[in-house]
Amino acid sequence: MRLQRAKPNPATHDIQEHPALVRIAHWLQALAIIVMIGSGWRIYNSSPIFGYYRFPLWATLGGDPMRSKIAHMDPGVANALNWHFTGMWLLLASYLLFMAHGSISGHFWKQLLPLRPRDVWRDFIAAATFRLPHRLGEYNAVQRFAYWGVLFCILMMFLTGLAIWKPVQLSPLTWLFGGYPTARVLHFLFMSAICLFMLVHVALVIIVPKTFVAMVFGRAAHAHPIQPKEPAPHAGE
Amino acid sequence: MPVNEKPTADASVPDGAVTERRKLLLDVDRRKFLQNGMSLGALTLLTGCDISDSDVVQRMFAQVSRWNSFVQGELFSRTKLAPEYPERMAVKDFRYNAWYQAPLAPVIQASQYKLELAGLIADKRPWTVRQLYALPQKSQVTRHVCVEGWSMIGKWTGTPLATFLDVVGADTTAKYVGFVCADGYYESIDMPTALHPQTIMAFQLSDQILPTKYGFPFKIRIPTKLGFKQPKFVTAIYVTNRNPGGFWVDRGYNWFSGI
Repeated sequence: MRLQRAKPNPATHDIQEHPALVRIAHWLQALAIIVMIGSGWRIYNSSPIFGYYRFPLWATLGGDPMRSKIAHMDPGVANALNWHFTGMWLLLASYLLFMAHGSISGHFWKQLLPLRPRDVWRDFIAAATFRLPHRLGEYNAVQRFAYWGVLFCILMMFLTGLAIWKPVQLSPLTWLFGGYPTARVLHFLFMSAICLFMLVHVALVIIVPKTFVAMVFGRAAHAHPIQPKEPAPHAGE
Repeated sequence: MPVNEKPTADASVPDGAVTERRKLLLDVDRRKFLQNGMSLGALTLLTGCDISDSDVVQRMFAQVSRWNSFVQGELFSRTKLAPEYPERMAVKDFRYNAWYQAPLAPVIQASQYKLELAGLIADKRPWTVRQLYALPQKSQVTRHVCVEGWSMIGKWTGTPLATFLDVVGADTTAKYVGFVCADGYYESIDMPTALHPQTIMAFQLSDQILPTKYGFPFKIRIPTKLGFKQPKFVTAIYVTNRNPGGFWVDRGYNWFSGI
């Protein structure tokens, strides 16, 4: 007798499904964010905000500094700026795609809401003490908070980015963020928050690799050992 | 026997085994795909540096930069003024910035200096420092923003470039104004920015005649553009319809660079 592959049943499996549009928007955003952060760090290095702290060269994007010295007369700042002002369009497009899909499909409202501070705190304590169960396709309060948080941070990166890119043409926006130097620090802080998100996000994906499978192939399921709730009457069949 | 006929050994294998195997193959393929995908990603990250310098990427940068200049030109408002600050906020000891050290800045003798005019300008007679400094002047306390990210508020005094272009009979329907400098620098700006009321030929910084290292006898002060778009030691001004580029622009920096 051949073992039939059981059709996943919500009672016995947890399933995660991502439509192609979500997966494309997710990976494009991931790529764009890596480009934006890597190039942003190279730009930062040319004029550090915090004392003399500079990001290690290997973690930045902008090419080989020696080659840049010849081609651009700088340690890769022109390249980094070009990456940054190219990546921003990709990030804008993929972010809008993601936000539009999440809002229109109802995914945001169905899976990421409600979001109550008390639940976030409860789930955070549970997660910190390793007592928070994870089911594919279900978002606990900490996850909901993190996803809303990172989407908010990306929005703020656009706004603070615009404020320091166009402090004259968009001077009210720059003023709103406390002026050019403060907006620049805020741009840095929201970047740091996104980095923190990415660290935790990737760490959790490593712990639950099926989420990665789902984000690549569109679907993943965890099989739970089938534990009948009541004795099966025809067990001997 | 036809040459391309395949061996028929598979025919003897039961159907079930093939599907099973195919499944296995698919699984392996998936795994391989994942592995390859991941190593490609890692490779891209690690050698990201090399991608930046490649011709393809440099060409892409040039294309995107042209698009970004267009977008910024559209966003630019001829009437929108850069914020002005109270005079006490102006930095007295302004930061010196160039690709060479301050002592190497060109020392220009006022008596030998001449500002040359070229291109689409009616009256191309050169100007002396004395003539320039006799033009009507205005002061501004504005923020200078460097492409690197630092910024500084300073007080500049000088003649609106629009006034000067009017006096010399420049064709202000042309697209660009170009500048040639004594230190080998060169720049160009769009006509709308050249005619912006805050774009000035700055003769003074912090109420002092522009010291040598800041660009004596004058620099072009443009509070609506990044610092590198504002040439010092200007020795020639010309009006043209062909984009003349600029020192940093020709080294990969964005041409419009408005703020």
